[in-house]
This record gives sequence, C-alpha cells and structure tokens, in this order.
Amino acid sequence: MTYFIDRRANAKNKSAVNRQRFLDRYRTHIKRSVEEAVNRRSITDMERGEKISIPSRDISEPVFQHGSGGRRSIIAPGNREFQEGDRLRRPGGGGGGDGSGEGGASNQGEGMDEFAFTLTREEFLEFVFDGLELPHLERKPLVDVEEVRPVRAGVSRDGVPARINIVRSMREAHARRIAMRAPIRRALREAQQALAAEERKDPVLRNPARIQELKDEIERLEKRLEAVPFIDTYDLRYNHLINQPQPSSKAVMFCVMDVSGSMTQAHKDIAKRFFLLLYLFLERSYERVELVFVRHHTAAREVDEEEFFYSRETGGTIVSSALTLVDEIIDKRYPPTQWNLYVAQASDGDNWDDDSVNCRELLTGSLMSRLQYFTYVEITPHAHQALWEEYERVEAAYPDRFAMRQIIEPGDIYPVFRELFKRRADA
Amino acid sequence: MSSLARRHTAPIASGSDWSFDILTEYETEIARLADEYRLDTYPNQIEVITTEQMMDAYASVGMPVGYHHWSFGKQFLATEQAYRRGQMGLAYELVINSDPCIAYLMEENTLMMQVLVMAHACYGHNSFFKGNYLFRTWTDASSIVDYLVFARKYLGECEERYGVQAVEQLLDACHALQNYGVDRYKRPSPVSAEEEARRQKEREDYLQAQVNTLWRTIPGAISGDASTPAASEEDPLGLHEGGRYPPEPQENLLYFIEKNAPLLMPWQREVVRIVRKLAQYFYPQRQTQVMNEGWATFWHYTLMNRLFDDGAVDEGLMLEFLQSHTAVVSQPAFDSPYFNGINPYALGFAIFTDLRRICENPEDEDREWFPDIAGSDWRETLNFAMRNFKDESFIQQFLSPRVIRELKLFQVVDDDHEEMLEVAAIHDERGYHRIREALSTQYALSVREPNIQVYEADIRGDRSLTLRHVQDQRRPLARSVYPVMRHLHQLWGFPINLESIDGDEVMRRYHWPLPDSEESSS
Repeated sequence: MTYFIDRRANAKNKSAVNRQRFLDRYRTHIKRSVEEAVNRRSITDMERGEKISIPSRDISEPVFQHGSGGRRSIIAPGNREFQEGDRLRRPGGGGGGDGSGEGGASNQGEGMDEFAFTLTREEFLEFVFDGLELPHLERKPLVDVEEVRPVRAGVSRDGVPARINIVRSMREAHARRIAMRAPIRRALREAQQALAAEERKDPVLRNPARIQELKDEIERLEKRLEAVPFIDTYDLRYNHLINQPQPSSKAVMFCVMDVSGSMTQAHKDIAKRFFLLLYLFLERSYERVELVFVRHHTAAREVDEEEFFYSRETGGTIVSSALTLVDEIIDKRYPPTQWNLYVAQASDGDNWDDDSVNCRELLTGSLMSRLQYFTYVEITPHAHQALWEEYERVEAAYPDRFAMRQIIEPGDIYPVFRELFKRRADA
Repeated sequence: MSSLARRHTAPIASGSDWSFDILTEYETEIARLADEYRLDTYPNQIEVITTEQMMDAYASVGMPVGYHHWSFGKQFLATEQAYRRGQMGLAYELVINSDPCIAYLMEENTLMMQVLVMAHACYGHNSFFKGNYLFRTWTDASSIVDYLVFARKYLGECEERYGVQAVEQLLDACHALQNYGVDRYKRPSPVSAEEEARRQKEREDYLQAQVNTLWRTIPGAISGDASTPAASEEDPLGLHEGGRYPPEPQENLLYFIEKNAPLLMPWQREVVRIVRKLAQYFYPQRQTQVMNEGWATFWHYTLMNRLFDDGAVDEGLMLEFLQSHTAVVSQPAFDSPYFNGINPYALGFAIFTDLRRICENPEDEDREWFPDIAGSDWRETLNFAMRNFKDESFIQQFLSPRVIRELKLFQVVDDDHEEMLEVAAIHDERGYHRIREALSTQYALSVREPNIQVYEADIRGDRSLTLRHVQDQRRPLARSVYPVMRHLHQLWGFPINLESIDGDEVMRRYHWPLPDSEESSS
C-alpha cells in the first residue's frame, strides 16, 4: 500500500517559529552585527539581508564527549603507503578521523569556528529598527495624492463583460427563475391534478374535451416554464471598480549636509544614520525612492553618496546655497505633481551671518509649498545660532510640514527621528 | 515470477520531468520487484514537498511534527546556509520510522531522483525499520507520530503556562543529556499518545508522592529491620535504611532525574520524560547507521538495475542514476581534502554487496572466513544480517577481507604516552581480524560515548548528585563536561559531582557549581 500526498501547498514556513526562537536567543549578538552592518553599509544598500556569524562555542549544545588524550584507535580508509608497525608524526590539530559526530546522520562540517547564517532582508530591517527600538511605523498615505488605483467596491448592474461577477449573476438568475416559475409551476400542478382527477373518473363520466383542454394547458405551461430564460441581462452583475487614491509611488529624498570644516566625521556618521532611517521609512511607503545628495559649504553641489559622506572641506558656510540648488533640481527633474519630495538637512547650525534670513525666505517663499516634509537636524552640543532661530519661524508657519530637532550624540538619532515623524499619524 | 514475463517494451517515462502518474507507475513497479525480493515493508506514505519544507524536515530530524526549540531553528539555518552555498545536496532521502512509513520527495528533483528515493527510502529504509531487531524492540512505528503530536501539544501548553523561556531552559538541559536518556538493556514500553494522555495525570501525582517519600528529611521509624515486608509500606524503596542510593549505578540519567530530582515540578518531569522517550526512539538509528544506509543503498542499487534490465527505465536515466549512486558511495581516502570520516553509505553498501557475492560466487577465502554463508541463498543471508545486528556486531560478523582490501582500511593507534602514532594494522592477512575488531569497536556507542552513570544521590546529606565516568583507554572527558554539568545542576537543583575513574583510582573530579567562585549563579 502506498499513498502519494502532495504537501507542497501547505505548511510553508514550518520552521519560522524555531527560526524566530533562535534569533531571539541570540538577539544581543545579532543586534551587534546588524548595527555594525548599518554603519558599514551605504544608504541605498538595504536590499539584502546580512550574514551573521556567531562563534561556535557560544552556540554549541554541549554533550558529554571524549577529550583528546588517552589511547585511541582509528580506522581510516585509503591506505597506500603504510605498513604495519610504521610510526607517524602526529598531525597538527589532532586527527579528525573517527566516525561522524554525535547525533543524526547529517553532514555538518566539523571544526568550524563560526556558525554563519543569513538574515533575510525583513529580519535584517527588524533588527535595524529593533536596535533603535523602533515602534511600528505608520504607513499612511501621505499628503498630496497623485495616483489612483482601481479597487473593487462591491457589485453593480452596469459594467463591461470582462468584469461580470459570475457567481453573483448566477445567483440573481437563480432567484429570478424561482420567482418567475413559481406561479407557472403552481398552475401546472393544478392542471396536472385536475387532469389526474379527470382521468380517474369512470370512463362514462369523463369529459374528453376537458381532458384535451387540460392537456393543452399543461403543454402550454411546460413550454412557458422552459421559456423562462436561464440568464437574463437583468441578472447580470458586474464587479464594480472605483478609483482609489494611492500614495504616489515615487518619492525623492534630498539629503542636504553641511560639510564645512566644523562637521567632523562623527557628525557625518550621525547624519548618515539619520538619513538611513529616513530612507528606510520612505522605502517602506513608496515603491520607488530616489536619493539626491547635496552638500555645501559656501557653495552647494550635487554629489554621489561616497563623496557626500566621506570628503571633508574647510571654510565658511552658506546654507542657502544648498536650498537654492535643491529648488533648482526639483524644477529640473522632480516635478512636485509626480514626486513626493522630502528634504532632510543636517548641519551643525553654523551659518554665514546674514544668510539664515535668506534660508527662511527661500523656504517660505518657494520650497515649502512643494515639499511633503522638511526635516532639519542640528548636530551640535552647543547653543543654537541664527539658523535655528530662523527655522523656528518656518516651523511656526508650517507646523505640519516642517520639523527640526537637535542631536547631541548617536543615541539621540532614533528618538529624534521618531519625533520628527510621529505627527503624521493624525494627518 | 520471471522477470522476462514483465519485460517492458518501452520505458515508463523518459526525460527528467516527473508527474504523479509516472511516479505511481514507477512505484508500482518497484513494489512488485521488492515483493519479488521478499522485502517486508510498512505501507508507504510518500509526500511531495518543496525545498523549504525539506529543510524544515531536516531541521527537525525528519519528524513530521516537532515541538518548538531554538536548536531546531539553528539546524534550519545551518541547513539553509549549506544548501544555498551548494555545499550540500538536499533530500537524498529522509524517511521516518513510522507506520505508514513517511518518505519525502522534493519537487525539484529529477525523475531519476524520485525513483531513486522511492527505491532507497520506501523499500530500503522502510524494510530495515520493519525488520531490524533494534527497531522492533525499541520503537513502536505505529504510535510515534501520535506521540510527537502529544509532545508538541504538551510543550505548547507548558509554554503558555510557564513561559517560553522556562520551557526552553528545561529543554536545553534535557537535550544536553539526551544521549544519556536511554535504557540500553531494558526494553521500554512503547510510546503511545493515547496512553500517555490517559496516564499522565495519574503519573504526575504518583511520581510526586514517590519523590516526596524519597526526600523526606526525617527518616522513617521503621529503620530497624529491613527484612520485614511491612516496612515497604512507608519506605517502599528502603531508602532510609542506610546504604547508597541508588543501590546500583544508573545509566539512564534522564530517567533517574525524572524519578528522583527533588525540586522538579510535575510538568517538568513530564518534559524530561518526553525528551527521554524521543531519545529512546532515535537510539536505534544511532546504532545502525552503517547497516541502515548500506541496506537502503544496496536495495536502491539492486532495484534500479532491475528496472533497467526489465526495460522500465531508459539508458539516460540509468546513467544519471549511476552518477548519483557513485557519488553516494564514494569513500575519499584519509588524506583527501574531502575526507570526513568513514562514509556509512560506502561501508554498508560494500559489506552488503560483498555478502551477496560471497553467497553467489564464493572463493576459498570466503569459505574459510564465512563457512556458514558462502554459497547460501543470498536473499536469506542478507535478510538475516539485516534483521539481527547493529553496526557494531554487523561489522564484527560480516566485514570481509575483500572489503577491507577494497577500502584499504588501516588502523592507527594514537596513544598520548607515545611520541608517535602507530600503524597497528593494514589490509593484509595479519590485519584483517584486527581491523574488523577495531572498526567494530569504533561503532560501539559504549565506546564512542563516555561511560557515565549516576553513582550516588546523597539523600540524607546535602542532596548532591554524584556521577561516575569510567575511563576507557585513559580517555578523559572533553571540556564540554562543565556546561553539561551546569545543565544537570539545573535539573537536579543541588550540587553535582563527577568523578572520572580508571580502575579504582579517581583520575579527576569535577564539581558544579564551581566550589570557589560566585559566578556559578548564572
């Protein structure tokens, strides 16, 4: 007796619980690797999971075993040269030659110092956010809906044939047939009973004309029954589609950073992690996210990621140069009707004396009306200067779209990030 | 029946794609041949699964339902990693000793692989499970799946009631000791879910009462005369009459824990029992690896060749098969980079194949070495060999000089008192017996694993538990002894001592918690 069972459809991810248990157990360890990975990775490189290694000794399941020493006999295959009584030097590291290890028949490689495995991208991100104690992000459609997507919205009587809802149409037809046929059936039953009664009568008393009449009637009724259409245009139901607004599937984030001499590598690392979080957040909400890197000292320039984070210059700072450049790039490449525009700016807050006013004017005059959101983080332990004060006025004018916070040390990054984005919950 | 009678005019299928219809046809054909060879099997339940499901199955030692534990997750990740990197082919065969016998076919496999796996698992392993005395004695194929369901449910409930972490820690501790959770000599009662569920509550109460008696701090008043049977009422085990407890050393550590650990809650005893029962179920597998794989490989080889002779498979499939088969039975030499110990498939296959040769075409050497077997009916001889041995005794009985020569086996003695390693025997006249003896010993679990037994539980004093490790050939314990003792300590709740003895001499003592450090609390 043999049965074949096709199990492919069911019980996917049966190991998910065990896998999760494993990840939980080594959470602190994995978290450390993930944090290192986040610092190491580029902002755009979040598409893959992460290879994690854990020292084998941390992960081993101990059992009683023989140690080295004493007298052991080993049988090995493939002798070509040895004769009985030959003496050999001990190979370094001890012989790994006796049978397989304890337990089942699997072929785990022995002697590996590291237990290595790969986190999926989702698991990886979970750890990224876990390390920052990220709560569940809101995935609401943000402002300024540009795109629509047809979604099903019940059934209707009108529509195109391609969208006929067969089940509902048949149900309607069935109901209609029951309703339309009921009186005919009743009449038919009565006629049949009358006919039967007539035929049961004594031959002498039968009325042939009546019988014929009834037979005709029955025939007519049966025809009428059959004539009730199986399906009628009246029955047809169509899946109704309506256009539902969708968050636009495209977003662009402008990373604007001050790279003047006062911005140290530590400042940039903080900025990078902030941008990274923002990028991940956008990436979860939009199908396509683009990054534009703008750096500035006294003049602004669009650069690639590498240069953005890793080069350093000295000199003064004119923040408005960067904002002007962003404005130009938007004009050229990212029309606000098609793109969700975000600007994240990081700076130590130092600016040319009279430039901060320009910044405010640029923002309120032109930029803010085109942006979804503008965030400013000031990475400094010092007191705020003119730029912060001007930006406070912008924030007052655009409380929903403009947010700013101060970051003093890496530990502030996430809380600040969350604060900057939590207001969206009630949008 | 004559094989010619069934000669196929055309192969059942060609190419590498399979369908359920084709599989069914092949299965029927293999079943017919297996019947002809008098292979006695449980019914087969063949499940077609995906790669991922196969990795799941690997991770849970093939158990169709398992309780949750991080170590299975670790196993899964390791398998996945190895598979992704191409270090490991999946799914040669995974088959479960149950009735019906569950075997898995992976959907990606070629037709050849599916046929091969059916021959290997559904008729090879299956008949081994049904025939071999260890499996017959120690496992109950009809109830294992039920028992697994019971275990999973029970542990799930425990997790809900006492927390995942508490259960996980307990399982960690039990897993560390599961190789010492078997009765080696006493036949256990078959595991059955139905019976377990029925008796579980009863057992909880009874067990706890027994443990309470054992650990009663005030000795009973009846310590006077041990001979009176009346004493057994109050002190059924005679514990308070002096003498060592347990009176005889106990090899089944988990059983001893389950019955005697002073502080375990009833549910914890039940969990210990579950791990112990499962360890017991897998115990025969650990002792018959060479035989089991050898037998299954011998039969897939024989059946596939018959399918070919009968015209049921074409040459393309046969070539693909031979390639796969050769890889399975290859035995890299000790100095090859691919060497990873003796390949049980290769060794077992060589022995069974040679056994058939000895029956069919005996030579003088064979008549001298195997007077009873040379020239006998090969099917009966192989069947006898399959049924009545475990690796240790199988090798002892059936490893022939020819196989030793073919595999070029040699024996190296590594004695830490000596400067150099010594080649003690090679594949020549003088060496055959010694190699056979030594290889047999190498497969004896009692030699492979340290011999550790419960020696004394101090029921009148500090409640400490003392184990004894009897050294074999002066071999000491590996450092893992400490973490294992820590786990044992968790279960026992009081200090653990372990003495390594060689003859009458105590070579080394281990203690947990470590006597002179405070960090033992971790």
